[in-house]
Amino acid sequence: MKEREVAGKVVAFDDENFMVNYKDWDLDVATALAEEEGLQSLNDRHFTVLEFLRRTYEEKGTGPTIRRLTKESGVPTKELYALFPGAPAKKAARIAGIPKPKGCI
Amino acid sequence: MSTAILEEENALKTKASEPVKRVSIIISKGTLDGVYPGLIMANGARMEGIEATVFFTFFGMNAILKKKMDKLKVATVGNPAMGMPTLLGAIPGMSSFATHMMKKEMDRLDIPPVSEFIEMIEDAGGEIYGCKAAFEMFHLKEEDLCAQVKEIITVGDFYEKSAGAQIIFT
Repeated sequence: MKEREVAGKVVAFDDENFMVNYKDWDLDVATALAEEEGLQSLNDRHFTVLEFLRRTYEEKGTGPTIRRLTKESGVPTKELYALFPGAPAKKAARIAGIPKPKGCI
Repeated sequence: MSTAILEEENALKTKASEPVKRVSIIISKGTLDGVYPGLIMANGARMEGIEATVFFTFFGMNAILKKKMDKLKVATVGNPAMGMPTLLGAIPGMSSFATHMMKKEMDRLDIPPVSEFIEMIEDAGGEIYGCKAAFEMFHLKEEDLCAQVKEIITVGDFYEKSAGAQIIFT
């Protein structure tokens, strides 16, 4: 675990650069983390995904599978890959301030 | 000479730490348990940002046939890992029962049915191909295939499309 400054706040991250405490998250942190991940700006659709991830994590203690995410957030697979290019599940979880997704699906 | 060996070892080490960039997965079996590992690996690859191509051949073709893809079954005969005596496994309905149980468990883990899984993989940017030899052998037609199949290709085409990829046979 290491702490560093993000958007003017001191935030703790695990070895894989996921936030340790999702409550440290706010819009400025999200924007700063998105920039670290190569996303210049976050739009409504990004936030639909991020909020769904955070809500699921809050309720269930774990992020959703990519299948739940696409089915229940209303953001289809294709769009998800376009919003978070590369590794969408990991990237979105990192920006949402929740731990690394654990499932295989 | 000894330094040459050392250099070779170093080169190997550098190569080993290189991340996987492309996978080319062959699915050759038509049972439920024969098809899913390849699908999970293909989808998992896309989720990690790894390019994925899936090539269906022989009975694996069943997974891309509209009429069969969601009716695949677990083999209860000739499958020692099931722990079921062959004669018991041969009882009518046993395979359907085992399939039902497995599907229930998969649903619990959020593993989608084959048709939805293939759609997911294609939407995620994975490419789906069928094998020409199997296509002809089973007297299949274009309209038998699910919409996600990009093309029916030869083994030569397959290798061409797999350039730079790790080839995984399942």
